Amino acid sequence: MTARPVAARPSVAIVAARHGWTLGLAVLLALLLALTKIIQPAFGATGLEALVRAALPFAFATAAMTVVVIAGGIDLSVASMMAVAGVTGAVLMQNAGDGAGALLAVGAVLLVGAAMGATNGLLIVGTRLPDIVVTLAMLFVWEGVALLILRAPGGAATPWLRELVVGPLVIPGLPPAATALVPQALLVLAVILAAIWLPLRRSRLGLGIYAVGSDETAAFRSGVSIGATKVAAYTLAGVLAALGGLSVTLATGIGEPIPGPYLLASVAAVVLGGVALGGGRGGLLGPLLAVFILRVVRLDLTLLAVDPNVTTIIEGTIMAAVVMAGGLLAMRERRS
Amino acid sequence: MTAAAASPSPLARAARLLRDNPVIALLALLLLLVGVLEILRPGIVNERWIGNTIRFAIPLAMLAACQTLTMLTGGIDLSAGSVATVAAFVAATQAPLIGPEAAMLVALGPALLVGLANGVGVGLCRVHPLIMTLATGLIAVGALQVYQRGVIATGSAVPPLLGWLGTGRSWGVPHALVLFVPFAALLLWAERRTGFGRLLYAVGANERAARLAGVRVWGVHLALYALSGLIAGLAGLLYLGVIRAPSLSLAEPLLLPSVAAAVIGGTSIFGGRGGYAGTIVGALILTVLGTLLTMLQMPEGGRRILFGLIILVVTAAYLRLTDRG
Repeated sequence: MTARPVAARPSVAIVAARHGWTLGLAVLLALLLALTKIIQPAFGATGLEALVRAALPFAFATAAMTVVVIAGGIDLSVASMMAVAGVTGAVLMQNAGDGAGALLAVGAVLLVGAAMGATNGLLIVGTRLPDIVVTLAMLFVWEGVALLILRAPGGAATPWLRELVVGPLVIPGLPPAATALVPQALLVLAVILAAIWLPLRRSRLGLGIYAVGSDETAAFRSGVSIGATKVAAYTLAGVLAALGGLSVTLATGIGEPIPGPYLLASVAAVVLGGVALGGGRGGLLGPLLAVFILRVVRLDLTLLAVDPNVTTIIEGTIMAAVVMAGGLLAMRERRS
Repeated sequence: MTAAAASPSPLARAARLLRDNPVIALLALLLLLVGVLEILRPGIVNERWIGNTIRFAIPLAMLAACQTLTMLTGGIDLSAGSVATVAAFVAATQAPLIGPEAAMLVALGPALLVGLANGVGVGLCRVHPLIMTLATGLIAVGALQVYQRGVIATGSAVPPLLGWLGTGRSWGVPHALVLFVPFAALLLWAERRTGFGRLLYAVGANERAARLAGVRVWGVHLALYALSGLIAGLAGLLYLGVIRAPSLSLAEPLLLPSVAAAVIGGTSIFGGRGGYAGTIVGALILTVLGTLLTMLQMPEGGRRILFGLIILVVTAAYLRLTDRG
C-alpha cells in the first residue's frame, strides 16, 4: 500500500516515480485528443461535451469497480446495479414532478444503491464465498430486480436534472468563452468523485480499504475490521454504481432495465488505470483517465467512419488485450 | 450446520448423502419437482411431456458441459452462450451457400477460435477465466453482427440433420439422444478414466501441486478452453435444430441456466470436485423448474433472481458441506 509522503515537498523524481503511470496516461489522453482534432478539425467544445457526457456512466462504473478492486475484491454486478438504479430513478422521477421531489428521488436512488452494495458485501462476508462467485450470482439477481421494476424501457428523467449534465459550464460574471471548453458534465463528475474520494483517502476507512486489499492478515493484526471494511467498500461501490445508473437515465431520458456494457469496460479501465487486480494499490485518477482514453479511441474510430459494429469488436479486443497484458505483468511481478 | 456434523442427526446424514452421492439426492429432487408439477396440473406428466422435457434439457446439458469442465479447473466459460449462438447462426446462413454438411463444419471454426483465444488468455496470460471469457463472448457477438450484415441477402436454412436431431422423435424417443448419449458417455468416461480428465481435477484441486508434479498447466487450460468452445458450438448447432429459427441471441438465454445446472449438479465453482453426471440431472431439474415457473406465471425478472439465488445458495451449501471433509 502507499504510505503518505513523509517529506513535506516530495521531489520531482519521487512524484514521477509514484505517479509515472498516471502521468503517462494523461499524456496518452492528450495525444489522442490531438489526434481527434487532426481527424476532425471541427472537433471542439461541442465534441468534447458529447464525449464527456457519454463517458459519465463509464466513469462512475469504473470508480465503483476501483474501490472494490483496491479492497481486494471485484464486483461483477456493477452494470446490473446501474440498471436497477437507472430504472428506479426513472420511475421515481416520473412520479416526482419538477420541483424538490426530483431531489428526493435522487436521494432514494442513492439509498437503493447503498442497500444493493451493502447486500453484496454482507453476502460476501457472511457466506465466506469468493467475491467473484457472490457478485456473479448477484449480477443475475439485480438484473432480475431491474426487470421487475420496469419490464421495458420507460419512466422519465426530470428536465432540470438533465440540464445539469448538458452543455458547457457557465459561471456568472465570466464571459462564456472562458469556460466554453469545460463541459458541465465534467464538473459534475469531478465534484462528486472528489467529494467522495478525497475525504475517503484521508480517512481511517480509506486506509483500511487499502490495507485489506494489500494483505488481509496484516490488516487484521493491525486492528482493521476486515468484514466491516469490505462491506463499506461494497456499499460505496453500490452508491457509485447508482450514480452511474442515474447518469444513464439522465442522458437518455428513460430507464433501461437491460444492463449496459459497463462491466467489462470498467474492469479494463481499472487494469489500464494501474490498479492491480490483486488489490491494495492504485488510485482513482488513473482509471478515470483510462475511461476517457477508451472513449476517445471509440470516438476516433467513429470519426474515421468505421462501422459501429467493427468499432465494438476493436474496443472489445483492446479491452481483452489490456486485461491480458495486465495478467502478464502481474505474473512477472509475482516471479521477481 | 457444522455443529450438527458432530452428532449424526438426520440433517447431517442427509448432508453426507448429498456430499457422497449428489446424483441420488438430485434425482430425488427431480422426482419431487415432477410430483409438484403433477399435483398442480394433474395429467401433465405423460410420455409426450417427458420427451419434450428431454428435448429442451439436452442443449442445456451440453452447454453446461462447458461450465462443468472449466469449473473443474476453477474456471468458468461465460462465452459459451455467445459461441453457441455464433455457431448456430453461421451454420444456418452458410447452409444455402455451401450445403448443410459443410456449413456445420464451418460453423465450428469460430467456436474453436474463441475457445483457443480463451485458452491463451487464461493459460498463458493468467487472466481470470470469468473476465477473459466475458471479453471474448462480447467480441464474438460484435463479430456476429458484422457477419450478419454480409449475409443478410442469402437467407437461412436449418440443416436437415439438425432439424431431425432437434425436433424428431421415433416411438416417443427424441432423436437428440442419438447425439447426446454418446456425447455424455464419452465425457463421463473421459473425466474419470483418461489422463486429460484427471489433469482437470488435479489442476482444479491444487494448481501449484499439479505444476510441481510436472503438469504443463497452460497446456491443460489451452486444450480445455478449446474443447469447451467446440462443445459450445455443438450445443448451438443442436439448439438451432430445436428452435429452428436462427437469431443473433439464440442461445444467450441458456448461459445463466448452464452455470446453474453445473452448480446444482455438485460441481464446485472452486475446482477439483464434481462431474458431468450431476450436471445432466441439474439440467433436467432446471428444465422442469422452468416449466413450473411458466405455469406459475413467474415473470422473467423473478426467474433471473431465482436462478441467481440458486447459484449463491447451492455454492454456499456445498462449501459448508466440504468444509468438514
